[in-house]
Amino acid sequence: MTDTVHSDSAPPNGALPGTGDENVTGDEKMWTARVRRAAMRTLPPDKLLPDRQPSYVASWIYVFGVLTIAALVVIIASGVVLTWKGPSWWHVSKVGLFFNSIHLWSVELFFFFMVIHLWGKFFMAAWRGRRRATWVTGVVCFVVSIGAAFTGYISQQNFDSQWIATQAKDGLNSVGIGAFFNVLNFGQMLLWHVLLLPAVVIAFVGLHILLVRRRGVVHPFPARARPARHRITGAATVPDEALPSSEIETVLHKDPEPVR
Amino acid sequence: MNDSELVPGKSSLEVAAALPDDAEWSGPTIRYDLLKEVVIAVVVVALLAVGLAVLFSSPDDSPTTIRQWSTADPGDFLTTAVAELDGTSDVATYGPPYNSTAGAAQKIGPVSLQQIAGVRVPINTAQDFVLTPLAQQAQTTPRLQTALARFGAAPSGEQGTWETNYSKVLGKGAKTGQGAFAVPHANDGPVPTMFASLLAMADSGALDASLTSSTSFYGTDYTKPLLFLADGSFLADRAQTQHLSGDQWGMMNETGSYPGQAWLWLYTMWYQVSPFNTSVNADALVWGVMALLTLLLLLVPFIPGVRDIPRLVPVYRLIWRDHYRRLQSNKAGGTNHP
Repeated sequence: MTDTVHSDSAPPNGALPGTGDENVTGDEKMWTARVRRAAMRTLPPDKLLPDRQPSYVASWIYVFGVLTIAALVVIIASGVVLTWKGPSWWHVSKVGLFFNSIHLWSVELFFFFMVIHLWGKFFMAAWRGRRRATWVTGVVCFVVSIGAAFTGYISQQNFDSQWIATQAKDGLNSVGIGAFFNVLNFGQMLLWHVLLLPAVVIAFVGLHILLVRRRGVVHPFPARARPARHRITGAATVPDEALPSSEIETVLHKDPEPVR
Repeated sequence: MNDSELVPGKSSLEVAAALPDDAEWSGPTIRYDLLKEVVIAVVVVALLAVGLAVLFSSPDDSPTTIRQWSTADPGDFLTTAVAELDGTSDVATYGPPYNSTAGAAQKIGPVSLQQIAGVRVPINTAQDFVLTPLAQQAQTTPRLQTALARFGAAPSGEQGTWETNYSKVLGKGAKTGQGAFAVPHANDGPVPTMFASLLAMADSGALDASLTSSTSFYGTDYTKPLLFLADGSFLADRAQTQHLSGDQWGMMNETGSYPGQAWLWLYTMWYQVSPFNTSVNADALVWGVMALLTLLLLLVPFIPGVRDIPRLVPVYRLIWRDHYRRLQSNKAGGTNHP
């Protein structure tokens, strides 16, 4: 908190106009002001919520990211209903079974969409252009989601959960994890499933989305010609990256069907 | 932005396409309503999930109880219980985190993470699965109280002899009616009395309750009853009929014809192939391999060769085919349109 009086005078040096920093000298040193400035620099509103995308963002593969998030929303919504009524409800109520079914199928859809999204991003080499952290956070989301789904399976209080837990214990015990993460302890698994792991998934999905918004969607690879016809210059093979864009374009111009 | 301001004779698409990967895109853009897309996606996925739920519901096979086990297969129940008492069962010889059986912990090379983690969920199978439940029952059964006192007062060698002798005749035992299992006479001291009582407890459901609620009134820890059940063959037989065994890709399956945890296919696959399917360290080795592969996936952008695969495998041409067509069209037409 500051005890200085706000003024309408010109903003101090270094303050960003329109960000609320144009108050009094010294305000800009406050932690809150610094965080706000950093946030505005990193993710200005038009980057955070853009209404236009590069023209190459025009493939069905781009839909699978948002479909994964949509499935996560349905998982959380159905999970909240199941949490609200408690773990035994869905075994004795038709409505409960229905919500459990929605929860199950939204998880299946979630993984289906996420795996296609992952492969799509792999084949785009979507980590290019300082986007490596985006890839890493995405993989973390995938791995933690497997844990979240797994704890769900062993929190079902039915034969599936009995069998999966008694089988999975051996793998976890063999590397020491079972000593701290006891899959036979229903209470522990249920709390991991409804609180700890979803919190990590949501946090990393949020971070992943912010990174996507910050760096933007990865550019297409440079257009290149067919290797046999255009990549040989004299006796040496010229890698694609070594070709100047003008040469690539010339090559494209010569090739009646450069894009296969 | 006017294309001609960037590079004379080149469209903004051509100029932007030649920029480095970390440059801001300066080429043509399209209208993209992000929030509308999210809302539509949520509605579509919700409808899809509801549709699948209506059509296929979800599996919910009731859990196996110790009562079901003992009534359906008292011979297997008693054989397992004797192994728990004489310390020869799988759990009794498991090693960490349940007990400190020497040499039982799995290793990856010379390292045993299982051993390092130590005994964190201590289980004494004789006490936890047999003697403590019987002691509870003995409070209202004087005959059992006497048998337990005799067993407890005997030297461990004599206890072992009784257990061995009882095990030998157990195979000749037969179900003689509801809750009764006749075992031929042998030099087995008080052991038949103890196990007849344990079987009666199991048949009445009292053993389920005893193992679940042995720690507190509010029980949420099913470690003991699950380990006891897993030591017998009743649970495994049921799993086998539901295509859930380890050699049936059981880790990723679930009951019925549901897709299960299909995303565990790679983890499950290792258990089907050599050397994992025969190794005594199979679990640790599979976990080691999966940890390594997960690390590789995480670090794909940093690994030369792996990170170049997408450039060499032209799937990207399919993904961005419209972009490349536009680029070609721009160049061929020599125009500035995107």
